[in-house]
Amino acid sequence: MCPKQFLTRRAFLRSLLKGGVLALLGATLYPILRYLYPVKGAESVVTSVAAAKVDELAVNTAKIFRFGNRPGMLVHTPQGELKAFSAVCTHLNCTVQYDEDASVIWCACHNGKFDLNGQVISGPPPKPLESYQVNVRGDDVIVSKASV
Amino acid sequence: MKLFAGLRAFFRERYQLGALADLATHKTVPLHRHTFWYYWGGMTLLLIGIQFASGVLLLLYYRPSAQEAFESVRFIMTKVQFGWLVRSVHAWAAHLVIFCAMIHLASTFFLKAYRPPRELTWVTGVLLFFVLLGLGFTGYLLPRNTLAFFATKVGTEIAGVVPIVGPIVQMMLRGGSDVTDVTLTRFFWLHIAVLPLALLGVVGLHLVMIQLQGMSKPLSVKTDRAMPFFPHFFLRDLVGWAVVLGVVLCISVYWPATLGTKADPFAPTPAGIAPEWYFLWMFQTLKLFPSHVLGLEGELVAVALTGVAGLVVLLVPWLDRPARQGRTHWLVWAAGLIGMTYVVGMTGYALWIGHHP
Amino acid sequence: MAEAEESCVECHRQIETSAVSPTQVMDHDVHMQRGLSCSACHGGDPTSMDPTVAMDSAKGFIGRPARADIPQLCARCHADPATMRKYNPNLPTDQYAKYLTSQHGKRFSAGDADVPVCTSCHEAHGIRSKKDPNAPVYPTNIPGTCATCHTDASIMDRHGLPVKQHWEYSQSVHGQALLFRGDRSAPHCASCHGSHEAARPGTIAIGNVCAQCHALTRDLFAKSPHKAAHEALGLPECEVCHGNHLIRKPTDDLLGIGPNALCVQCHEPGSQGYVTAQRMREAIERLKTQLADSEGIVKHVAQLGMDMGDAEFEVHEASTKLTQARTYVHSFSDEAMEPIVEEGVQHARVAKQQGEQGLREFHFRRQGLWITLLIVGLLIIGLLLLIREIERPRPPDAS
Repeated sequence: MCPKQFLTRRAFLRSLLKGGVLALLGATLYPILRYLYPVKGAESVVTSVAAAKVDELAVNTAKIFRFGNRPGMLVHTPQGELKAFSAVCTHLNCTVQYDEDASVIWCACHNGKFDLNGQVISGPPPKPLESYQVNVRGDDVIVSKASV
Repeated sequence: MKLFAGLRAFFRERYQLGALADLATHKTVPLHRHTFWYYWGGMTLLLIGIQFASGVLLLLYYRPSAQEAFESVRFIMTKVQFGWLVRSVHAWAAHLVIFCAMIHLASTFFLKAYRPPRELTWVTGVLLFFVLLGLGFTGYLLPRNTLAFFATKVGTEIAGVVPIVGPIVQMMLRGGSDVTDVTLTRFFWLHIAVLPLALLGVVGLHLVMIQLQGMSKPLSVKTDRAMPFFPHFFLRDLVGWAVVLGVVLCISVYWPATLGTKADPFAPTPAGIAPEWYFLWMFQTLKLFPSHVLGLEGELVAVALTGVAGLVVLLVPWLDRPARQGRTHWLVWAAGLIGMTYVVGMTGYALWIGHHP
Repeated sequence: MAEAEESCVECHRQIETSAVSPTQVMDHDVHMQRGLSCSACHGGDPTSMDPTVAMDSAKGFIGRPARADIPQLCARCHADPATMRKYNPNLPTDQYAKYLTSQHGKRFSAGDADVPVCTSCHEAHGIRSKKDPNAPVYPTNIPGTCATCHTDASIMDRHGLPVKQHWEYSQSVHGQALLFRGDRSAPHCASCHGSHEAARPGTIAIGNVCAQCHALTRDLFAKSPHKAAHEALGLPECEVCHGNHLIRKPTDDLLGIGPNALCVQCHEPGSQGYVTAQRMREAIERLKTQLADSEGIVKHVAQLGMDMGDAEFEVHEASTKLTQARTYVHSFSDEAMEPIVEEGVQHARVAKQQGEQGLREFHFRRQGLWITLLIVGLLIIGLLLLIREIERPRPPDAS
């Protein structure tokens, strides 16, 4: 048994352990720090969303935006108001679109038509479109569900 | 290294840390063929530590309200970086901690470690086990998915069977006559405040008692062979901890905790509702129990028997009189074996039934 | 005066025969609520407490109106805009005129006693507004009201009419929506047949009747080659495939050349129509397969705890296209349907790609695990070596 060899062995063992502990500490702290890092622009329950910029929509046009995992529709009415609805047709869940000629919301699947209050004008939809609140905050048009 | 030495000197001068260190260095751990079972307590302790750490992390994003509970857990799992890992670790370590505690409890029983002067160590251990079960029960509801919601309904139903106090306990647990959104708040309160505090206190007592009295040696062991607690046993403990950590991580990544569907309180109870596996044996007993026993309601008898069983386990150090005089008796051994076989058998049967309806 | 006004009611309340019954239901009668009383229809003098005076035919008392007189009796006010304006300006005044054009009205004029008159549907006393949910003419009650006669074989047999329409209707999508889900926008008998003007819509008119709601489908149909063909053969458009009262929720099996397909009832193998039917069905099936495929993977990955919000959105778009494509079946042209199907397929493909992306990410996580496990493994080895080191029996000279 050579003392020198014993020492190097021991030193190696110590550095292995120290390195292992440090690495494990790193491997534990890394996910934790990432976990604590704030999630940008996300909420656990989607109750409001920035649907568009204020000057993005011309009068008598509309845009489909993503609200949670369902589409919503923001309409700039011919009267100059901003209105928002669920873009899911109440008949068979198709995504509705805006008909600029007639200024109505129109569903291509079965020609359901809704007025700009979300009420059914004609076609098979049984219920009006769910309407959302629209607020302007700075440059953003914020669409939100009425708080439950 | 110099820094550490300096710090150590700093504290040694001011507080009698020497006494604590002496305790650890002078304490020895008996070395015999059953030494293996001494490690399970340490593993349980590590898992409790993991639960505290991951639980604290989850608390950052979890929201205990009926509208947001499910969504916030989904948020943790999908949007928060490594949130899936934190939640999976918390969910799996919860299973493992109860598993380890069960093994620790059983091994302590069969090694008769509860003999005087360690009766209170046993009592605090059993209490810890009950607290862990309570944490499991209350934590199960918190994601508020369909399975958890209805399992909680069934679980709290059982409490109501006990005469006089049952309905009161049930109402206190549920926060009303039915499992509602108030129940969630109450379970949350129990899960993150009441039970963890209780756990912390009792774990402290349990550990202090062990450090003061040292490990018990089974009656059958006659040798005096031992190893120092520090560093010999402690290092082995660390190996066990590393293994547990690896196991928790493996399970959490390969079988991540799922979320299920959001609970609809007005929907009919879905088929195949079962509690967590560690309650299955009680659940199955209730299902198999005859509806009437000696003119009493069967459910009541089953619940009463479970209560008596819990009390018997708690009072084992005094009930096992031969052990108090340093003798083993086959009856105690047989009772323990029958009890354990029953629990394992019923759990297995319930699991089998669940997969072969 | 006000007290004397009630003389009819006051006496009739005390009569113990059936003559008491009108007084028991009149509280919810729309006419009573608007201040009209018994005498408005029955004549007589309600100011007199003397029965002989009150019910004097000289004072216009007509007693119980003959059934044959009822439509005209009601029409006295209900066909007179000047009178109606005073009570309910929004109520039309053309009911009597319409009634006379209806099948019921025509047979009534011919002296048929089987057909309904106003009171058959609206009740005689205790008439409720059609907006009153308890009225027999409230939308959800209409099928039941019509069925009182139209399920009665003893009446229908005399006219060679079937009695199964109500049963058929209640099994149909429309009946299910109205009668079981209480969806008042679903059509009832009068939505297609008219109420006072009730009659069969007639072969050519069927498309227009359905188009009240299914306008796009009608437009597509009208532009399709089927329009001319149906006209030439005198076929009742929508009804040929969908039936009339028993309109079931259409399935994809109705399309194509399969055993349940309707297309092959007219189109023989090898013909243009046969090929088109086959192609349209194939297109629908293609989209369905793609959709199910991507939906499956997206759901699976979402359950693994991955964020599938974007993919779920795409799946929704794809299923919108499927619904739309099913409507475009009525263009009876695979070329018109193709772009819609293609769009749906694209959405489904994107969703699938996002799902697969999520799955890859999920597997990537396992690599991180192996690195950590490596560290843990090293630590275990180090610890074991350390234990061995400590417990190695020291050579005597080492100390």
